[in-house]
Amino acid sequence: MDEAVSDLGRAARRGRSPHRRTSVVGVIGEVLITAGVIVLLYVVWQLWVGDLIYGAERNAEGTELSQEWAEQYEQEVPVAAPTPDAAAPAEPVTAPPPVLAEPADAQEFAVMRIPRFGEDYAVPMAGGVTRARTLDTIGIGHYPGTSMPGEPGNFALAAHRTTFGAPFNRIAELRVGDAIVVETAEGWYTYRFRTLQYVRPDEVEVLLPVPQAMDVPAGTAYITLTSCSPKLSMTERIVAYGVFESFTPRSAGQLPPSLQAVA
Amino acid sequence: MYAALWRVLPGPAWVRVLILLVLVAAVLYGLLFFAFPWVSQFVNPQEVTVALPVTPAGAPVS
Repeated sequence: MDEAVSDLGRAARRGRSPHRRTSVVGVIGEVLITAGVIVLLYVVWQLWVGDLIYGAERNAEGTELSQEWAEQYEQEVPVAAPTPDAAAPAEPVTAPPPVLAEPADAQEFAVMRIPRFGEDYAVPMAGGVTRARTLDTIGIGHYPGTSMPGEPGNFALAAHRTTFGAPFNRIAELRVGDAIVVETAEGWYTYRFRTLQYVRPDEVEVLLPVPQAMDVPAGTAYITLTSCSPKLSMTERIVAYGVFESFTPRSAGQLPPSLQAVA
Repeated sequence: MYAALWRVLPGPAWVRVLILLVLVAAVLYGLLFFAFPWVSQFVNPQEVTVALPVTPAGAPVS
């Protein structure tokens, strides 16, 4: 008897009639399953895939910007920069750093290069630290009113640590002495990483001309990178400080040694 | 829904599978490059700047 029923059922299933109606419940079920899959996909995108996509875009934009500057320089100086002589590995050329005018909001003015974050790391930097105009769309933002690269005082930057390409994703992996290089149309400003600090989100003292020191005139050029901490959270900020080392002008005809890959 | 889609598609099974693969790729592209980035600005509010609570975000004092 049971066998007969199941045979019947199988037969009915096998001979699926083309007129079978799609049931409402069936459609609702499928919509729900699809929604669930999309939500899971979103999580995957948010945590891994999105940063790969954005990160690659950022690096491509930064590299492009850097190439534009190089071409621009070659056009302006057709005499051709002295090709680095292999026989004479001379002292790396440095110069007093030119101080740029502060960029307008969302105006790209520099490319960040940190060998510790990878050889292809080249993230564009623009004025302002709003998410909508700079951090989400361009990469690294410059706190308005803080110093410019090479200028005594605090060159303060912010960027995402997760999502939107996460330019400062590996900020906690910096080691003392790591190069933080800011490339502009003029050349390369090399900073050396000194220390990390974790602060509350309202501790604007990290942006002072001498970070964390009230009413002290700055004689040194500092760089300050801020990002979120812990990752994917807003409860604290992670801050990385660096000290200015030297400026390598484009006329040097070679990349600064600080850009060499680190082990 | 998906059964209906399968029935609507023309051609033999392998053609339908091919069409479906293309459709899936198109949907994924739309999601990854347009839908998800747009959604993420609401889903995952992340602040990376330091600022006093009183100042408007993005214009910290000092």
